Amino acid sequence: MSSGRHLAILVLLALGAMAVPAHAATIQIVMENLVVSPAEVSAKVGDTIEWVNKDILAHTATARNGDFDVTLAPKQTATLVLKKAGTVDYYCRYHPNMKAVLKIAP
Amino acid sequence: MFVRLSIAVAALSLLGSAALAQNAKLTDPQIAHIAYTAGVIDINAAKQAETKASNKEVKAFAKDMVRDHEAVNEQALDLVKKLKVTPEDNDTSKALSKQASDKLAELAKLKGAAYDKAYIDNEVAYHKTVNTALETQLIPSASNPELKGLLQTGLKIFQGHQQHAEHVAASLK
Repeated sequence: MSSGRHLAILVLLALGAMAVPAHAATIQIVMENLVVSPAEVSAKVGDTIEWVNKDILAHTATARNGDFDVTLAPKQTATLVLKKAGTVDYYCRYHPNMKAVLKIAP
Repeated sequence: MFVRLSIAVAALSLLGSAALAQNAKLTDPQIAHIAYTAGVIDINAAKQAETKASNKEVKAFAKDMVRDHEAVNEQALDLVKKLKVTPEDNDTSKALSKQASDKLAELAKLKGAAYDKAYIDNEVAYHKTVNTALETQLIPSASNPELKGLLQTGLKIFQGHQQHAEHVAASLK
């Protein structure tokens, strides 16, 4: 293998690696004082949702349709990569008043 | 039952305001004591409910109360340690504790659906009373900004609890 070929492969790999983050976004959702904000988020399959719990209490992000159930310890952040399109209502199992929705496009 | 409950709530608020009126202004050590006591009361009620309640939602609510009030009280302890404040017992704390132990004894006699309803109705009333006290007396009286901040956070949390309790109470009817 020539060094030129090596370089080409490296460039391809680098481009490939860059291509993924260019499509997938990370969307931050904050839980503070028992409020989810923003309460409605539009995203795409492959995007990462990052929930930031700023409260001194534990919360969860629990999908009504059973797709996910993320637990957030006090002052912790948790992430979830979206795998399926659809509108998903979710809430906190510990504080059912905390409600929000993810609108996931294919 | 409901009348008795309302009287208890009224008595509690009267006791609270009478005690508060005597001490024209509550000190931070007293406020810290009252807030901590109010949390312990709800934890004790919830622990009783965890063993006595039969309804699934009521049981889950009780678990939530233990988790949240323990978290808030832990923060309160950390704060008083940091501020080198020693919580000071006072008439309001005493009145709250006395009323709460009477309530606990009263609830202990009930069973099944009657217990569930009485517990959750009392949670609605109790959180209402505590939230009013926080809003009108404890928060305005607090001098230290960090203590004031924790009480304000507490108020938001307990308002959430009140709504949650109201929701569970409505589902039992």
